This record gives sequence, C-alpha cells and structure tokens, in this order.
Amino acid sequence: MAAKPKLHYPNGRGRMESVRWVLAAAGVEFDEEFLETKEQLQKLQDGNHLLFQQVPMVEIDGMKLVQTRSILHYVAEKHHLFGKDLKERTLIDMYVEGTLDLLELIIMHPFLKPDDQQKEVVNMAQKAIIRYFPVFEKVLRDHGQRFLVGNQLSLADIILLQTILALEEKIPNILSAFPHLQVNKTLKEPDAELDLRTTGS
Amino acid sequence: MAGKPKLHYFNARGRMESIRWLLAAAGVEFEEIFIETPEDWNKLRNDGYLLFQQVPMVEMDGMKIVQTRAILNYIAAKYNLYGKDVKERALIDMYTEGMADLNEMFIVLPLCPPDQKDAKIALIKERTTDRYLPVFEKVLKSHGQDYLVGNTLSRADIHLVELLYYVEEIDPSLLANFPLVKALKTRISNLPAMKKFLQPGSQRKPPIDEKSLEQARKIFGMK
Repeated sequence: MAAKPKLHYPNGRGRMESVRWVLAAAGVEFDEEFLETKEQLQKLQDGNHLLFQQVPMVEIDGMKLVQTRSILHYVAEKHHLFGKDLKERTLIDMYVEGTLDLLELIIMHPFLKPDDQQKEVVNMAQKAIIRYFPVFEKVLRDHGQRFLVGNQLSLADIILLQTILALEEKIPNILSAFPHLQVNKTLKEPDAELDLRTTGS
Repeated sequence: MAGKPKLHYFNARGRMESIRWLLAAAGVEFEEIFIETPEDWNKLRNDGYLLFQQVPMVEMDGMKIVQTRAILNYIAAKYNLYGKDVKERALIDMYTEGMADLNEMFIVLPLCPPDQKDAKIALIKERTTDRYLPVFEKVLKSHGQDYLVGNTLSRADIHLVELLYYVEEIDPSLLANFPLVKALKTRISNLPAMKKFLQPGSQRKPPIDEKSLEQARKIFGMK
C-alpha cells in the first residue's frame, strides 16, 4: 500500500492550503512536516529535495513534487477531479486559474503593511463581486447543475470553495448577491466523504 | 475543417508570446487580432468574449479560452506536447512552472519604474544562473537525452528555449556555464517549425518599445 503523501511547508495556509483542500476532498490522508526554522529549510535545500529551492513540496508516489499548480494537477488527475475529457479539463483550468488570481490576493494579504491591509480587503471584495463571482454564478445558473463542470465535483469547485470561505472570514456577507454560489458552497460542505471543516489552520 | 486559432491581444509579447511559440512549434498557423485602441478593448469586453474581462484570449475549437496556462495546457495536450502519462506530465508541469516564474520577471520588466530596473535585471540574472538553469542542465545531464522529458519534444523544451532567447537579450554570457542547455537551444531552434518562427517577418514579437508601451497604457488604462 502506498505511503501517505508528506507535505513540507510552514504551519500556515500560504500556498499549501489549496493542496490540503484537494487532498482532503479526494479523501486522501496526508502527513505534514512543518518548517519551523531557517535551518530546516536550509536542510531541505542542501539535500536537493526542492527542485527550485522552494516550498510547497509534496512527497507523493515516489516523487518530490514542487510548484503549487503541478501538485494540484497531479492530485486532481489521480483522483478524478479534473474532468472527463480535454474540453472539461480546459473549462476547469480556466475557472481554477481565475480563482487562483483572486486567492493570490488573500495569500499575500498578511504580508502587506498594516496600513495597506484594509484597502486590500476592499480590493479583494470588489474583484470577487465584479469579476469572479458573476462568472461562476452564471455558469451554475446556465446549466442548473450542482457543480461547475461536468455535473461532478472537480478541482474548480474545491478551489472556489476554499476562496469563498477565506473571503467570508473577512467579508461575511460576500455571497449575498449570488444565490447559486451559496447552494454550490452548501453542497460541498461536510458530507460523508468530504470532511472539509477539519482542513485549514 | 476548423478555422485557424485566433489570438486576441495587443501587438507585443506580454503574456501571449509563449502561446505564439507553442502554436508555432506545433506547426499550427494562427491569426492575430490586435487590440489597438480603447474602442477595440471596450468592444471585446462588452461583447462578452472575455470570461474574466482579460486577455490573452484564444478562439479555438469552438471555445474562447482565457488564462494563459489554460490556453497553453490545451494546446500542449491537443498537439501531444504534454508527455505520455501522468508522471511525465508532472515533470513537465514542474519544469514549466519554474520557467514561468522566471519568464514572469521578463514579462513585467518593461513596466518597472526606471530607478528599479537595474536591481530587477540583476535579480533576473541571479535567478537565471543560480536557480533555474542549473536545474535544467542537471536534468539533461542525468538522462543524456535530446529533450527534457520522455526523450521526445514537449512544451517544456519550447518554453525553455523561448526563455533562453530572452536571457540572451539581457546578457549572452549567462548561458556560458550551461553547455547542455545551450545545445538544446540550438537543436530546438533548428527544428523546421521553429526555424521558420525564428526568421524575421514571422509572428514572433520583438521586445516592446516605448511607443507601444504608451499605446498599451492608453488602451488598458494602464495595464
């Protein structure tokens, strides 16, 4: 039986959080080795465990995968979260890439100067409400299905859920104008297979 | 028969250039519709063609694909430049994402304020010789094959060679200590489809000049 994937990252969300979400959604148990000191990172780098000297890094199926998108793609494909054909995959890619642009603002937020942080929350909210949420609301409204692509859970739904929940922490009513997104979100919250509430730090 | 892919962008490298390279490498002829005025830009957005109100956008196979990576992934998969199985794809993805990080520094360099430019260029040089080229030199050395992954041409080779041309534009000596990477550049450049694309008069774009940059700023209200 294969060993559990091992995640190498500091004990925080950052760029690893999406990976945690996708593994959890796929029902895959994983171990985490938290980087708590500079020396630990140095050790990983000196030992040639990090292709570009960076984390996230995930040990999985005999590989040391780096680069967030590479890890997400590999896990999604392995666990049937990447659509049934190339066209579905392309839709999922488009939706994920758009959502990741929005998520990037959230990831970078803690590193901004305190004075800039409040302004940035306004910026995130505007981008979400004007550019991203209307797109996904329309997708769900137009096909009337529960999930964004191909009538089944995919990477697109998972990354969107992660992003919505992170935004709601800062702007609680951000979904108020998007009824279909509210439903999509509810359908992905705890059920037998997806114990997503236990994910995240 | 399907029409040629239609690329919507402005007449410069930016985020569309790696797409032009990949289509060219796959031997796919494409058309370009340049955004030249604020009116062009408004029309594109108002007609609902751009999923997130952004370019690049490529019309192909009945889709209006946006997001650079989504476009590249589709082209690579369609033209068999994405490896033969999920493990090769993972390798190609890792190498490609690293290259994209370095390429990003080139893409945004024209937008950098003049007083920061020297520092940015110094960082690009450092990353090139200390972080990225050593990886690809080591990969080529480890298997001794002509291509980065799976002993066959893939998008990883194309993206790397494109990047190497930009590195050379900044400082040709940066490639000096990477003989295998240099040899890959020569080999890929000599492939018939690439040779054609590298000729003057092709759809490959030159570095952006001040005039085009100003035009882009006007169109996008500062891109």
